[in-house]
Amino acid sequence: MTATLRILPFLSWRRRPWRLVERNVLAYRRIWYIFLSGFAEPLLFLLSIGVGVGKLVGDLHVGGHLVEYRTFVAPGLLAIAAMNGSLLDTTFNFFVKMKYSHTYDGVLASPLTPRDVAVGEITWALLRGAAYSAAFLLTMLAFGDLRSWWSLLALPGAVLIGFGFAGVGLAATTFMRSFVDFDYVNMAMIPLFLFSATFFPLARYPAGLQAVIRFTPLYQGVVLERSFVIGDLHWTLLANAAYLVAMGVIGLRIASRRIGLLLQP
Amino acid sequence: MSGPMVAARALTKRFGAFVAVDGVDFEIEPGEAFGFLGPNGAGKTSTMRMIGCVSPRTAGELHVLGLDPAHDGPDIRARLGVVPQEDNLDTELTVWDNLMIYGRYFDLPRAEIRERAAELLEFVNLSDRRDSRVDPLSGGMKRRLTIARSLLNRPELLLLDEPTTGLDPQARHLLWDRLYQLKRSGVTLVLTTHYMDEAEQLCDRLVIMDNARIVAEGSPRRLIADNVTREVVEVRLPIEADLDFEAARLKRFGDRIEPLADRVLLYTDDGDATAAAIMSEGFEAGSVLVRRASLEDVFLILTGRSLED
Ligand SMILES: Nc1ncnc2c1ncn2[C@@H]1O[C@H](COP(=O)(O)OP(=O)(O)OP(=O)(O)O)[C@@H](O)[C@H]1O
Ligand SMILES: [Mg+2]
Repeated sequence: MTATLRILPFLSWRRRPWRLVERNVLAYRRIWYIFLSGFAEPLLFLLSIGVGVGKLVGDLHVGGHLVEYRTFVAPGLLAIAAMNGSLLDTTFNFFVKMKYSHTYDGVLASPLTPRDVAVGEITWALLRGAAYSAAFLLTMLAFGDLRSWWSLLALPGAVLIGFGFAGVGLAATTFMRSFVDFDYVNMAMIPLFLFSATFFPLARYPAGLQAVIRFTPLYQGVVLERSFVIGDLHWTLLANAAYLVAMGVIGLRIASRRIGLLLQP
Repeated sequence: MSGPMVAARALTKRFGAFVAVDGVDFEIEPGEAFGFLGPNGAGKTSTMRMIGCVSPRTAGELHVLGLDPAHDGPDIRARLGVVPQEDNLDTELTVWDNLMIYGRYFDLPRAEIRERAAELLEFVNLSDRRDSRVDPLSGGMKRRLTIARSLLNRPELLLLDEPTTGLDPQARHLLWDRLYQLKRSGVTLVLTTHYMDEAEQLCDRLVIMDNARIVAEGSPRRLIADNVTREVVEVRLPIEADLDFEAARLKRFGDRIEPLADRVLLYTDDGDATAAAIMSEGFEAGSVLVRRASLEDVFLILTGRSLED
């Protein structure tokens, strides 16, 4: 019996989720060009809306600073890009791997756990999102839209937005039965995209709507990014950040549990 | 480690109100090849999944490698090799990358994985497909890759759920050889199968499951000796024959008879004498066959069903 006893390296729960990140790197290595759209999309938005629409709209006041429309809208687009970037891998791609490719069935027969899968996929989504956000921030820098040294927090801010939406996206996906259900995700994302003070200042919305918007998830990210980039900081930003952290943490917990229930009945 | 590799007591699995495994007891000793035999839906896979720590038990006790799957899942799985009933290879990766990443899940160093992966691909005859994606592989090739993958971490306990289903005879015999080798090197094997010859060849001991319960346990030889007569006479009937009538006619020749769709089995200790008696009754010599009793017969007698799919 002793002959079969082998000393196995200790694979701690801290390192296990990274194995899934490694797996995704292997999977995407062959289809790296799929990555490029994530860089292109927000830049096209910045050019068309920031530059194009900006010419028509003129300058805006943000917390006492007078800024060009492009400078105003760019952090909103950054927040949207961070949201979209993290939802791609945690909703649609995750669904395919879970329901159709049975990728995780094999993974879970190894030492990895459902929680490792959830943490791993979120980590991957954040890394991918961070790359897009960093590229977008460099473009903003080139345009002169980073008005303050607080802009250094814009990248961590984008990762935080990604975390919030990745957690919720992953958790929501575990409840989906078919691709039809993804229409609900789109239905939820379009109003967020349009009405999170992304394209106009909050004050321009009707008072009743303003109160609602203040509690929507993307708004938290837009406020954070805009404040960092323009250099207009308040203590209330901590509440916005806490909101996103809570989304991510609760989403992660629900997703871990649900993955276990679904894949290890 | 001393003590059994797997110990189950009153092990139960329910899916909602449905009972898939109903309070089974068994122990699997180190170095043994242990089989679960049973018809579709008997609860074999459900049991295997509980042992593999990918399905929580509903009730009862279960210890795998001396540990409790409810708490030590990752530690146990690190020492298991698993060939599930349904292949779950990573379809987004190539053959080679499937092995590389699986080794990484077990935290093996890359150089080590490369070495083992090359060796295992050689063993399952897939070396020439290493850069192919998984999807275009044939069913049997996928099966072989899954088997190679299960051996990457040099498991102490290998769980094989219908390992040779879908393999051609050559690949099947190759796998048997390899399983013998593994067994000789001290690896404990647990397998389910529908093939009686496989069970008789490979298993030191097996249990027969039916309707979520274990109905018999023992070595293949013991099971045959305890449940069946030494020999069996098969009487093949013409298509137009009235089965019930013929069965009634044959009844007095055997200790026990089993009418099947196209033939009647007679259990007897002296096959030749029985066959002679039957032929003198007017049955055609070409339709009467004497053979040794097999696990198939044990199965038939215990469950009232044929295992043939
Ligand atoms: N996730 C599940 N939810 C509900 N019922 C299940 C589930 N998994 C298995 N069952 C049921 O449990 C019973 C036992 O199934 P199991 O897969 O263990 O049988 P098996 O002996 O492996 O059969 P086979 O030879 O066909 O592989 C079946 O009736 C099956 O429908
Ligand atoms: Mg089965």
